[in-house]
Amino acid sequence: MSTPTDSRKFKSINRRELLKLTPVVALGAFAIPKLQVPLLKAGLGFSDWASAKLFRSAHLAPTFADSDLTPFAKFPINDYDVDDPGVDLEKWTLTVAGAVQKPGNYTLAQIQALPKLNQNTRHVCVEGWDVIGRFGGARLTDFLKAIGADATARFVAVECADDYYESLDMATATHPQTLLCYEMYGQPLTREHGAPLRLQIPTKIGYKQAKYLTRLKVTHVLERVGYWEDQGYSEFYGL
Amino acid sequence: MATRTFAIEDVKTGDITEAVYEHPFIVRLCHWINAVSLFVMVGSGLQIFRAFPSFGAKIPQKDLIDWPKSLAIGGWLGGALQWHLTFMWIYIATGLLYIGYQVFSGNYKQMLFVRRDVSGVWPMVRHYFLFGPKPPVGEAYNPLQKHAYSSAIVLGVLSGLTGLAIWKPVQFSWLAWLMGGFHWARLWHFLFMWALLAFVFGHLVMVVLHGWNNFVSMLTGWKKDPEYPLE
Repeated sequence: MSTPTDSRKFKSINRRELLKLTPVVALGAFAIPKLQVPLLKAGLGFSDWASAKLFRSAHLAPTFADSDLTPFAKFPINDYDVDDPGVDLEKWTLTVAGAVQKPGNYTLAQIQALPKLNQNTRHVCVEGWDVIGRFGGARLTDFLKAIGADATARFVAVECADDYYESLDMATATHPQTLLCYEMYGQPLTREHGAPLRLQIPTKIGYKQAKYLTRLKVTHVLERVGYWEDQGYSEFYGL
Repeated sequence: MATRTFAIEDVKTGDITEAVYEHPFIVRLCHWINAVSLFVMVGSGLQIFRAFPSFGAKIPQKDLIDWPKSLAIGGWLGGALQWHLTFMWIYIATGLLYIGYQVFSGNYKQMLFVRRDVSGVWPMVRHYFLFGPKPPVGEAYNPLQKHAYSSAIVLGVLSGLTGLAIWKPVQFSWLAWLMGGFHWARLWHFLFMWALLAFVFGHLVMVVLHGWNNFVSMLTGWKKDPEYPLE
C-alpha cells in the first residue's frame, strides 16, 4: 500500500468514473414519446434488414412425415375479417399486372397446369402457435416465369377477396418452396382456408401467406407493404 | 492481474480507509445497459406471450398463464415485437462486448466459477440460508457468487440462442432441431427467462443486504472498505 490518498481526490476520481456511465442514459430516449416511435421503427427496420441478409434461397424449410401432420380439423383458421369472403369460384380468375410480359386474367386451370408440388411444412403464426400442414400447389417461381415477370423487379404484391393485401421480396417469391397453393391435405382449398388460391410460404410467418388471392402484381416499388405490416408489424418476417 | 487499491485519508479526521477498484468501466457499462435491456426484453416478451399464452402444440389453445397486461411492455403484439426486436440487438451487442472484454482482459478470473470453487459452495449456502458460520472470504467473489454470475452469463447466452431459434426456425433449423424443434425452443426461451429472473431476484436481495459501498462499486468501480483483505 502506497501513501494515503486525499479523500477529496478519491471523490473526484469516483465522480469521473460515474460520469463515464452517461451512455447508459441514452437508453432513456426510448422513454420519450416523440423519440420512441422512430427509434422502435429503426430497430424493427434493422431486424428486417438483418432478416433479408440471413435469408438463403438454398435453405429449405424442414419437411415432415405424414404422421407428423396436424389433423385438418385442428388446423386453425385465422383471418382479420371474415372466414368466407364469398368468392364466386366459378368465375374466379387471378388478375396479373405490373412488370410482366403477359398481364391479364389467369384461370385456376392455367395455374394447375404448372408442375405441382406437395409439401408437409410448419406453419408458424406471429401469435406463437404452430401447426404442420400438407399443402399442394404450383411454385410461384414457375408462375412468374409463365407470366414473363421482370426478373429484376423487387417485389410481388397480392390483393385478396377480403381486402387483405400482402407483398413478398423477390428472393422469397422465387424460393422453391413458395407456392400458389390450391390444395390442403390433398383436397381443394376450403373457403375458410382461402379458396380457391392462397400463398403458402414455409420460409415466412403466417400473416404473409395471404388467402383468397384475386390480384398479383410484379413491381419495383411498393405503395403499401401489407395489412399487418402497415400497422407496425415486421415487413420481412422470414423464418 | 494487479489489483488497483487506494488508502484514503479523510481530510477532516485523518482516518484511513481502504478502497479497491473492483469493476472495470466496460463491465459497469454492460451491467447497466443489460439491466435496462433485460427489463425491456422480459416485459415485451410477456406481452408477446399474451398473444398465445400456452405451449399446447395445437389449437384449440388453452391459456396456461393469464399474464396481466399491466406487467407487460408494448401494449399490443405488434408493439411488443417492435420493442423485442429492437432491444434484442442491444442485449446481444452488450453480451458480446461483455464476454469479449472479460476474456481478453482476463477480468473473468474474478468471477468465473471453476473446479476449485465447487467445495466452497455448500458452506456459503449454509451461511446464507441455514444460519451457518460465515466462511472466510479471500477474494472479491465467494464461490456461490461466482456460481450465480457464471450461470447468469450462460442463461443469457441460452436465452439469445433459443430466441434465435424461434425467430429464424428455417434459417437456423439446426439450432431449433438441437432444442427439440421450434415448439420446444419457444418453451426453453420462456424457461430461461424465468431462470434469469430468479437470478435477478437473488441478486437484488444480495445487493440490499451488502449495503451502500457494494452498490456504489458498480457505479464508480471503486469499493470502499472491501469485506475481504487486500494484498
